[in-house]
Amino acid sequence: MSGTQTTYNDKVVRQFAVMTVIWGIVGMLVGVIIAAQLVWPELNIGPWLHFGRLRPLHTNAVIFAFGGCALFATSYWCVQRTSHARLWGGPLVPFTFWGWQIIIVLAAITLPLGITSGKEYAELEWPIDLLITAVWVSYALVFFGTIAVRKVSHIYVANWFFGAFIIAVALLHIVNSMEMPVSLTKSYSMYSGVQDAMIQWWYGHNAVGFFLTAGFLGMMYYFVPKQAGRPVYSYRLSVVHFWALIFTYMWAGPHHLHYTALPDWTQSVGMVFSLILLAPSWGGMINGIMTLSGAWHKLRDDPILKFLITSLSFYGMSTFEGPMMSIKTVNALSHYTDWTVGHVHSGALGWVAMVSIGSIYYLLPRLFGKSEMYSTSLVTAHFWIATIGTVLYIASMWIAGVMQGLMWRAVNTDGTLAYSFVESVKGSYPFWAIRWLGGVLFLTGMLIMAYNMFKTMAGGKTQDMPVVAPAGHHA
Amino acid sequence: MESIYLLIPISVLLVFGIALAFWWSVRSGQFDDLEGPGFRVLMDDQPPPAVDANKGKGEANAAKAEEV
Repeated sequence: MSGTQTTYNDKVVRQFAVMTVIWGIVGMLVGVIIAAQLVWPELNIGPWLHFGRLRPLHTNAVIFAFGGCALFATSYWCVQRTSHARLWGGPLVPFTFWGWQIIIVLAAITLPLGITSGKEYAELEWPIDLLITAVWVSYALVFFGTIAVRKVSHIYVANWFFGAFIIAVALLHIVNSMEMPVSLTKSYSMYSGVQDAMIQWWYGHNAVGFFLTAGFLGMMYYFVPKQAGRPVYSYRLSVVHFWALIFTYMWAGPHHLHYTALPDWTQSVGMVFSLILLAPSWGGMINGIMTLSGAWHKLRDDPILKFLITSLSFYGMSTFEGPMMSIKTVNALSHYTDWTVGHVHSGALGWVAMVSIGSIYYLLPRLFGKSEMYSTSLVTAHFWIATIGTVLYIASMWIAGVMQGLMWRAVNTDGTLAYSFVESVKGSYPFWAIRWLGGVLFLTGMLIMAYNMFKTMAGGKTQDMPVVAPAGHHA
Repeated sequence: MESIYLLIPISVLLVFGIALAFWWSVRSGQFDDLEGPGFRVLMDDQPPPAVDANKGKGEANAAKAEEV
């Protein structure tokens, strides 16, 4: 290296970290609105604010805007620190930020207008799909470019997870979004019927596996050790975890299509692969939690660690629940009920959101030249409010889901259905109200986080920090 | 199930790709030391500034608010 001192590119991390909180609030607010619409149907105002249009806005906002920004922020921070190099790619770096924000804004405009391709978690129309591809390829170039110019030979395990997530999402997005445009705002999928369903859920479940799992595991493997101040429980296990997960993940999708027109053998393959996934998932979960082994006292007064470790508990819970629900006999009860919604949110609120929130709390003071968050007690308050909100959400959906499943399958002695569908809707109201309350609590926590964040940012110096020479580097 | 004709070749290619990445990482010595990297990640950035205007500020304000 030349004599001039290079600095880390933390500007882009700062931008993504702040937007994580902002989009978190927006996405969760839309979630609270649609939860309220189920309890009070009068809230479906006009076509633009109807449940059917706001629901994809909610999923897109929380997954791709909140989760996406969190992944960009943490992966850019992690890859620079562990590679001891500044982000590679020059103008590509700000392009990933501004491009991603434009995509989010376009989603927020087009989805309420009813412009959609109708594919779940891939509703955005073809011009936005093209923009996503451009941003994602740039992201891959920046990330792998930085890996390529690293100053140490070892690639830290978190970067493997981030890297797999980036490559897999690119592949999934391109294959699933193959569509024929008929106008600027309408296109039709290249696939049709059950073929489309298969491709859709190959995409859909791998989006869960790589966007919402592999990426966030990368986050976990960097920020849990950093916040705990001790190395991951077993580095060896983390490497095994990575290879086991990516070799086995790709074929779990068909469990979304149990008891449909999909051939029976394909459903069974999906079920078997889903069950296999329990092993690497729990290996990773135990590895993360056991990082605190011998230092459990740190959990007592460190709310950031509370967030991170609780997120791993929810990860363990939902990765146990998921394979169970993929078993066909269990699925016969759970499919199409609110149990599925509860399962998703146990992963989304408990795992994805909490690990992101913990990591962003770790980053914020460091990004704005502070020693700690403006108020640690507000972080603690956020933790408890978010945890209670998550538990209310999951528990109410479990009860509602099992009740719905049992009511739908109940038959009289003469073989007729014991309940009409609307009776199961009526029975669900109290649980939908509890779910709404859980969502309100989770959103309240995010608002507290935003207040704490802006107070932490106030008057902060944001000069970029010099790249640190690799530790233990023998000259 | 025509979609399988697309998805299975993709998976096969992918598995070959992953196997290649695995082979490369073993050959290039990525896994020669499976203890050190866990420790080294703890030493990769500067500690936050020890004293700054923000330290304990939120708590102090909260305490003040309670007194009022």
